[in-house]
Order: sequence, then C-alpha cells, then structure tokens
Amino acid sequence: MIETAIHILLLALFPPLLLGVINKTKAVFAGRVGPPVLQSYLDIAKLLRKGMVLSSTTTWIFVAGPLVTLSAIAGAGLLIPIGAFPAILAFKGDFLLFAYLFALARFFTTSAALDTGSSFEGMGAAREVTFSVLSEPALFFAFLVLARISSSLSLDSMLRVPALGLAVGTTAPLVLIALGFFVVLLAETCRIPVDDPATHLELTMIHEVMVLDHCGPLFGVILYSAALKLFLLGAFFLHLVAPYSTGNPLIDWPLFAAEMLALCVVIGVVESITARLRMRRVPYLLVSAILLCGSAFILLVR
Amino acid sequence: MSSIGLTLSAILILAASGLPACLLPRRSAGGQRLAALAMTIGGILGTAAVALSFGPSSATSLKLGWLLPWGSFSVAVDPLSAFFLCLVFVIPALGSVYGLGYWKQMEHEPNGQRLGLSYGLLAASMAMVLISRDALLFLISWEVMALSAWFAATAENDKPEVRRAGWIYLIATHVGTLVLFAMFALWNAQTGSFALEPRGAMLTSGAAGAVFVLALVGFGFKAGFMPLHVWLPGAHANAPSHVSAVMSGVMLKMGIYGIIRMTGLLSAIAPWMGTALLAAGAVTGIAGISFAIGQRDLKRALAYSSIENIGIIGMALGLALTGRACGRADWALLGLAGALLHVWNHGLFKSLLFLNSGAIIHATGTRDVDLLGGLAEKMPFTALAFTLGAVAIAGLPPLNGFAGEWLVYQGFFMALDPSAPRGFEAMAVAAVALAAIGALAVACFVRLQGGVFQGSPRSAAGGHAHDPGLAMKLPMGLLGLACLAIGLFPAMAAPFLESVALAWVMPSGPEATFLPAAMPHIADLAPLAWVGWLGGGIALLAIILYTATRLSRRNGQVGEAGHGTWDCGYARPTARMEYTASSFGQSLVGLLSFILWPTRHGPKIKGSFPAAAKFRSELPDPILDRALRPLFRLGRIRSGGIRSLQQGQTQLYILYILGIAIVLLLSGGRGVSR
Repeated sequence: MIETAIHILLLALFPPLLLGVINKTKAVFAGRVGPPVLQSYLDIAKLLRKGMVLSSTTTWIFVAGPLVTLSAIAGAGLLIPIGAFPAILAFKGDFLLFAYLFALARFFTTSAALDTGSSFEGMGAAREVTFSVLSEPALFFAFLVLARISSSLSLDSMLRVPALGLAVGTTAPLVLIALGFFVVLLAETCRIPVDDPATHLELTMIHEVMVLDHCGPLFGVILYSAALKLFLLGAFFLHLVAPYSTGNPLIDWPLFAAEMLALCVVIGVVESITARLRMRRVPYLLVSAILLCGSAFILLVR
Repeated sequence: MSSIGLTLSAILILAASGLPACLLPRRSAGGQRLAALAMTIGGILGTAAVALSFGPSSATSLKLGWLLPWGSFSVAVDPLSAFFLCLVFVIPALGSVYGLGYWKQMEHEPNGQRLGLSYGLLAASMAMVLISRDALLFLISWEVMALSAWFAATAENDKPEVRRAGWIYLIATHVGTLVLFAMFALWNAQTGSFALEPRGAMLTSGAAGAVFVLALVGFGFKAGFMPLHVWLPGAHANAPSHVSAVMSGVMLKMGIYGIIRMTGLLSAIAPWMGTALLAAGAVTGIAGISFAIGQRDLKRALAYSSIENIGIIGMALGLALTGRACGRADWALLGLAGALLHVWNHGLFKSLLFLNSGAIIHATGTRDVDLLGGLAEKMPFTALAFTLGAVAIAGLPPLNGFAGEWLVYQGFFMALDPSAPRGFEAMAVAAVALAAIGALAVACFVRLQGGVFQGSPRSAAGGHAHDPGLAMKLPMGLLGLACLAIGLFPAMAAPFLESVALAWVMPSGPEATFLPAAMPHIADLAPLAWVGWLGGGIALLAIILYTATRLSRRNGQVGEAGHGTWDCGYARPTARMEYTASSFGQSLVGLLSFILWPTRHGPKIKGSFPAAAKFRSELPDPILDRALRPLFRLGRIRSGGIRSLQQGQTQLYILYILGIAIVLLLSGGRGVSR
C-alpha cells in the first residue's frame, strides 16, 4: 500500500526534476550557470496558471491531444516496476499495452500538431511517425529477448530478470538490448543526437516543433508528459543496466532516485558531447538499434 | 422455429429485398425504403437465428435432395458459421439504411434498381456461403456472391474508371473461383463426396497439402492476400461507399472463412502450412499498409489498409495452424481467437471508415485527400466517428483493434516458451513485424485524419461541407459504438471465440489432436478484461481532463475566434503552404521505397532562377500496374492472329462453349465416373 502510494507520488512529482538535472549538466559542460535544477517545476506551475490562446484553425483534437497523451502515459506508468518495487498493475501481456499506450499518445500528439494547419508542425509530425516505424521494431526485439529470458509475459517480471543475476548465455543479449534501448530512449524522449530539445524554431526539430502552437496549461501538460515519458523509459532502462537492490525500502527508494538522476547526467553528457544528426541520418541510428536488439534475439535463441 | 429455418428465412428476405423496387417506378423512393426495411428485418431475424444456434435444443442443420446429379442442399449453422454470420447480418443492413441518405435511387435513375437487387443478393449469398455444407452449393453461392458484388460495385458504370475496376475484379474473382473448382474436385476425388464434412483423414498428406495450397490461393484472391490483391483497391475505391463497406468489411472475410473452414476439415496439419500462411500474412500486412500510406485517394488508402488487416488475420491464422501442427493448444487458441476477433473488429471499423468516406465524398465531391482539410469544423460528427475508426484500426487502446491484435501478439510471444518444439522460436519474430505494421498504421491514419479533417481547407472542395443526415449518421454512430463496446469489454467475446476455436482445433474423429479438457481458456492465457479496464480508465481520465480544461474559467481566451495559427510568426500563411497528406507521407514513402518503388516525373531544378516546371509522383501497384498490365498487353499483341475469333457477338460465344462441351463429351467423358 505504501509502495503504491510512493510509486504514484514519484510518477506525479519526480519527472520535472529530470529535465532540470539534464539542463544543469548541459550548462556545466557549456560553462554556464544554467537555470536552477527546479526550474521545470516553476515553468509548469507558471504555465498552468496562464490562460491560453487557441488558433481559429484548431478543433477539439488540438485540446484533446496533450490531454490524451498525458492520460496514456500516466496509464503506462502504472505498468512499469520502479527500481526494486513491483508495478502497480501486472498481468500477462501488459508490456504490449505499455508500448501501445505510447503509440496512442503519438497518435494524438501528431493529430493535434496537424490540427494547426502549420507546415512546421506537419513536418514534425511526419518525422515523429516515420522514426517510430523504426524504433518500434527495436523495442519489440528487446521485449522478445526479455520475455525469452524471463519466460514471462508481464513487464514486472520481464524487467526483474537482470536483477536475478546473469547466466552465461543471457549476458550478451542483455548488454545488446540495453544499448539498443538507450538509442530508442534518446529518440523517443527527443534528445540529441535525434532531436534537439533546446531549440524551438528550427526546421530540423521533431517533438518541439509539434507543440509550437500549444500554450498555457496545455503546454504545461505537454512539458510534464515529456518528463514523465523520460522517467518511464528511464526506469525501464535502469532495470537493464543497474538492477541493484538491497531489500530495504528505506535504501532502495533513494537508490532508485539516485540512479535515475545519474542517468539524467549521462543523458546530459551525451547531449553535450555529440552533435545532432542530420535528419536523413537518423534512420541509420534507429536501424542500428534494431540491429542491436535483433542480434540479441538471435544470440539468445540460436 | 428452428435456428436453421430462421436463418434460411432471413436469407430469403435479404435476397428478395431488392425486388419490390423493381416493380415500382424507377424514380420512386419507396422501393429503396422497402429494401432497407427488408434488409433490417432480415438482419434482425438472422442475428436472432445466430443467437438461437448457440441454444441447447435447436436444429442447426438441414439436408435436402435437389435436382442436380451431384451434391445436395446441405446447410448447417455451427459456431464458425455463426461467428461470420453476425457480420453478414449486421453490416449490410446498416449499409442499406445508410444508402437511403447516401445513394438515393431517385438520383441514380438508370441503375437504382440494379444496385438494390444486387445488394440484397450479395448479403444473402454471403450468408449462403457461410452455411453451405456441400461443395456444389458452396460454389453456387460463391459465384452468386461474386457476381452480385460486381453488379453492386459497378452501379455507377457511367464512369470509365468504375467499368475498368469492375472488369479487373471480374477476372480476378473468376480466376480464384477456378482454383476453388480444382480444390473441390480434388476433395471429391479423395473423399468420394462433395460434402464438406471432416473427412480429412481420408486424404493423403500430399493431397491435404494440395488442398491447403489451392484453398490459400483460391480464397486468397477473395481475401486479398498479396500478390492476389490486384482487384481490391480499384473495386473498393470505385464502388458506392456503402457497397465498399460491405465488400471490405464482410466480403473479404469470406475468403478468410474459406481458409478457416477448409483447414478445419483437414485432420493432419503440417507445420509448413502455418509457416506459409504466416509468411503470406506478414508480406501482405507490411506491403498493404505501406501502399496505404502512399495513396492520395481516400478510398484507395482504406482499401490498401484492408489488405493490411487481412495480412494480420493471415499471420494469426498461420500461428493457429502451426499450433495445431505442433500440438500446442495455446498457440492454436490465441491465433484463431485473435484472427476471429480481428475479423469482427475489421468488419466494424473498416465499414465505419468507408461509410465515413462516403459522407466526405457526399459533402465535398472528391476522394482526393490532398484537396481536403479542415472538415472537422464543418462535419463534427463525421470527424468524431472517423477519429474513433482511425484509433481503432491503428490498433490502439482503448478501442477494439487493440484487443484483437493483443491476442495475436500474446500468441507470438508464447512461441518463446522453453517447452515449445525447437525451431519455432523464429515465429516470435512475427511479433516484430506486427509492431512495424502497427507503427505504420498509426502513421497512415494520422495522415488521413490530418489530411481530411485538420488544418484549413486545401481547396474549395469543402466549402459547403456539412454533416450528413440521420440515415447516414445512425449507421456510423452504431458502428462507432460497437467499436467502443468491444474495446472496453473485450472479455465478453471470449466464450464466443472459444466455442469456435474448440470445434476448429479438434476436428471430430479418432485423430483429434487435443482433448477438450486440455483446451486452455482465453482468460488464463490473455486476461482480456484488464485491457478493457485499463483502456477505459485512461479514456475516462482523458475525458475528465478535457472537460475540466474546457470548463476552466481562467482560460478566458479559449475559443475566441480571429487568432490564426502562430506558425513561427509567419505573416500571411495560405492554405496552399500547408502540409498535405502527400507531404506528410513523403518521408515514409522514401523510407519504404524498397517496397513501394515510387516514380517521380519532373525536371531537375538548376540554377538560381529555375523556369516554371511541373512535378508529378505516382505510386503504381507493383503487381497490377508493373506486372499484369504489361503482360496482358504483350498477350494482346502476340495473340493477334487468333483474335479474329473474338467477334463481340454473344450468340457466337455461346456457340463456342457448346462446341467445346461437345468436344469434351466425345473425348474425355467416358473416363469419368461418378
């Protein structure tokens, strides 16, 4: 009961901190002071108090887009185990729902972008759906590997496998899918080298350009949803690379939080030391994620 | 009244529904209303009969002699028939009501009676196909179905493209029927009877394989497996929209039914059959949805997406067959249940989308997505219904498309089970193919939704668009609600799916693969109820958030008109600068060019001030436009010598047939025994 409450509280309150840590890391690398770590909370609070201007071109889809996205991602948040603690909901095949809820979010985000009639947003939406066609197979290869190793079809036990210790035959596949999944994570959370979250007005943007016309509370919802998505995919990734637990909740919760913040520092470092790829190069990166995860599957069932 | 009696009466009512209109004046509206009434009554009666067939004590089969020397009038309603009958009784009835608003007989004077008559016959013959238990009766019904579909689809035959699509359909369907002739002849030769009863044990394994391949090809033409899909996009695009809905939502499924029925009759399933169907399904699915993304014509895009869905059903059936071959009841159950649920789901949401496309054509007069845009404001009901259909067909929770695909996914993941026979782990890769299809389907339907309903109008076509009348709204609304209901309560369908699967997995007889007790339950393998609950919860949360946002007092400027899209501060954007559906799909078409082979015609831009130039891009169908058309052209040129036989006089052609019959009688007739 307490675990469920902490789980939900973490989902609700922790994500904006991740953005702050990433930005701080990038600022340090660039030799700047950077915004406070808690800046995202302030931003979201400010946006939620504002009014909003809706373009006369838009319809209900424009308003529904960010809200459905938030609901879908929040629903996915119930399905993932956090650190050493079990998921709130676990049933056979829940990992499919996890993946498809992100697809539902994508459907409404891109539809809302098209609703504005702006070419910029059309471009962003087109890129978003194009790249997802490549990241989805990589994700499903990773699912296959985890399902095979764990002999289970529930995200909760699939992600718990690395924590049980590594057998000889499963180490290499797990390392490979961790690498592949990191690429998927960067692509799905609009990070360099796929996308640059720092700029809004470039023709080369994906996620940021889709939300150009959202403002006020809706934009706050979008910011929070993006952070929540980063949190969920990060929690997924941490199971693969840092499956540590002590069995003592008082240590395990802070341990998880520390791991998550460390991951954000890593993402910040990656963002600082790599350049964003040209758009036409992005598919190669994603195909390499498919190759990594696919090879992992072949290694496992050979 | 017994279940079979009620079913047959319902079929009679459907078949005769177009007759009154033929007796009334061509311009009268009464005939069409009577037809819609008869279709509705027939549909309700038929649905009642289907429900009755699950009851304990009701005759579900009937066998009568007839005047033909072979076969018999043998009909029966078993769970498999009943499952497909639901679609046949529901969708055409809704379509005929829709037709009252969409395709008024008064406005189509020359062909109104033709459509009314053939539409009813189409529904009736499909029902007959489903209950036939005799190969001859099956083929007769099959042929009536093929022909009435042709008459219905070419109802607007004053347009040349309608006639062209009609001919291609007619050729394709008859090639498929010929293959079925071969299949049933082989069946008769091996089992000694045309009766479609589980006599699979009498077949040698070679003959069983041949029956399977012939069924896959013959029924594949109807279902639209690639590369046998050549007739499908044109016929669906050019038929009146409610006929497209029936063809795509129901008629394609007759091919699926045929494959399920024939494999159910075979007792020994070899693993290669499952693999073949799985591979055919995966190719069909990926290629189908890829081509859908490249289409400018709304209805062609929907037609290619039907091909994709047939591919998903094929993949699921491949899994089910492999399960039977390897003795894995869980694969067989999940595969078949997933395929069946997807048959229902696709029947519902594809019909919904075709009816929607009809409403759009009705309001704007065009099917070209690049000319549309901004219709959500003028047609709010249609836009909402389209969104429901699009989310459902993209396989997203909380609608019904997800529930069906979820079962299939689970089946593929179960191939990883360590206790599974070695070598079948590779089957799990089909889950990755399904994921790719899913991502492409999201792209395809976001594209259509955005192109048609969002943004501002890209041409004058939508200037006076408005939502259709009640006769058209009602069927659309009911179909949308059905999608929602199955999506939120998918577990309700489980007992239905299990009863069909039980009969299919275990052909009665001594060689039954499984014992009934060994048959797992869907709820244990894949807890469908969870999907409904979680999906419903998310939908509810979204609705609450939406209402709260709309009601919020603080958002003073909500809905205030006059603010255009900000668009990075661009001063004078026009609708011509908007991203069209083609622009939206361009990056994917480029990515998929190894499948699509798009062609581009246009000069290379040179210099700083290039001259005005024209650009055109096309996406020809790889089989029809790149292979068959050139082949037929070549055939026409090469066979110039014997074309003098082709006079164009029907009597002469019948004379040819008579001559050939006599020759056959003299040469081969002696050897054939009954």
